[in-house]
Amino acid sequence: MLDKNGIAKRIAQEVKDGYYVNLGIGIPTLVANYVRDDIQVEFQSENGILGMGPFPTEANVDADLINAGKQTITARKGASFFDSAMSFGMIRGQHVDLTILGAMEVAQNGNIANWKIPGKMVKGMGGAMDLVGSAKNIIVAMMHTNRAGQSKLLKECSLPLTGVKCVTKIVTNLAVLEIVDGKFKLLERAPGINIEEIKKATEGDLLIPENVTEMKM
Amino acid sequence: MIIKKVNNVQEALTGVKDSMTFMLGGFGLCGIPENSINELVNLNVKDITCISNNAGVDDFGLGLLLKKKQIKKMISSYVGENAEFERQMLSGELEVDLVPQGTLAERCRAAQHGIPAFFTPAGYGTEVAEGKEVRDFNGKPHIMETAFHADFAFIKAWKGDEAGNLIFKGTARNFNPVMCGAAKITVVEVEELVKPGELDPNFVHVPGVFVQRIFEGKNYEKRIEQRTTKEA
Repeated sequence: MLDKNGIAKRIAQEVKDGYYVNLGIGIPTLVANYVRDDIQVEFQSENGILGMGPFPTEANVDADLINAGKQTITARKGASFFDSAMSFGMIRGQHVDLTILGAMEVAQNGNIANWKIPGKMVKGMGGAMDLVGSAKNIIVAMMHTNRAGQSKLLKECSLPLTGVKCVTKIVTNLAVLEIVDGKFKLLERAPGINIEEIKKATEGDLLIPENVTEMKM
Repeated sequence: MIIKKVNNVQEALTGVKDSMTFMLGGFGLCGIPENSINELVNLNVKDITCISNNAGVDDFGLGLLLKKKQIKKMISSYVGENAEFERQMLSGELEVDLVPQGTLAERCRAAQHGIPAFFTPAGYGTEVAEGKEVRDFNGKPHIMETAFHADFAFIKAWKGDEAGNLIFKGTARNFNPVMCGAAKITVVEVEELVKPGELDPNFVHVPGVFVQRIFEGKNYEKRIEQRTTKEA
């Protein structure tokens, strides 16, 4: 089974040379730590930077330079700053190649819910609806089950939706899956995890090909 | 040139009244108009509607107005950093309209540019789309969103000149440029106010035509929400 860093490490393999990538808050933020350094990749943060770099040293902290998670960051060589309308122009206009975000629930038709638990938690959707409404390539990074042990890969989402039929791939602590013909197609198993364990943790319909290899970490 | 300079925040906020709608720049606490917010607290205007990406934190930014119950309605995309906000919202004291962040920015930009409405795919098939016109473009459904209307926009820029030309710094730019000129009166506070001619026109982010009043702000705190660092 993978931990959060393991999920991020596996997703980093999906980041290809020449990609502009938007990383959501949480596990997705960790992906930047594992991207190969022999390829050209730029990270976009929707609050207005392309070319986001690592956290600053204490001496270089700048209150005017943060990411969408409100963390202090640095700008890489060749970075640029822009306003929020232009930032979402990049996203809506499909100039960003890959979006990686977290979710509370994903349905087998590609629907995603990640912004609201009615009556309990309402933090808002932030940029998630704009991202999932337009991005061509959306990877969800999440744990396979919630804290109560219930599956987060469902036939239908029970929480208010963030977007419809938009998720392409899901990487969890147990597996890599793809949305194909309204089902979860199992692509890879996490190290040490067997198919029965994945079946048990998945409420939605699973398509299980003959050979499901273990993730190469 | 046309001079937009006013002497202080009091003069800049002349005409602010109860029940008005305000736009406020900033993302989290980054690039918020600290001086104008503090003056709104002093003026104690009530029943206001605020259009702002976030709602501050409990003891800073828009959180100060929330604490004094000056805000009737918030229009935001993300409000997760503020416990008092969540309490007022869940108890029904505060009206909240949650808007996808890109749509929020574009509804400001539309107001700035004289565009009454536009279509976006963001929010299609979700609660956000309820009651809104849906149209297909290029085989994909989009929902109609309208431009915002506001009485005042409160903006924070890094440098500005007395003619209202503005330059922003880092990610403190965010919503600030798209709110300039999107309200009846745009009030800008800057860290450094210079004479016309001292800013290179090639590097002006927002031209002064979108600005009605500009002043040099004081005592910026620039609080950091998540101070994340690495070893030197």
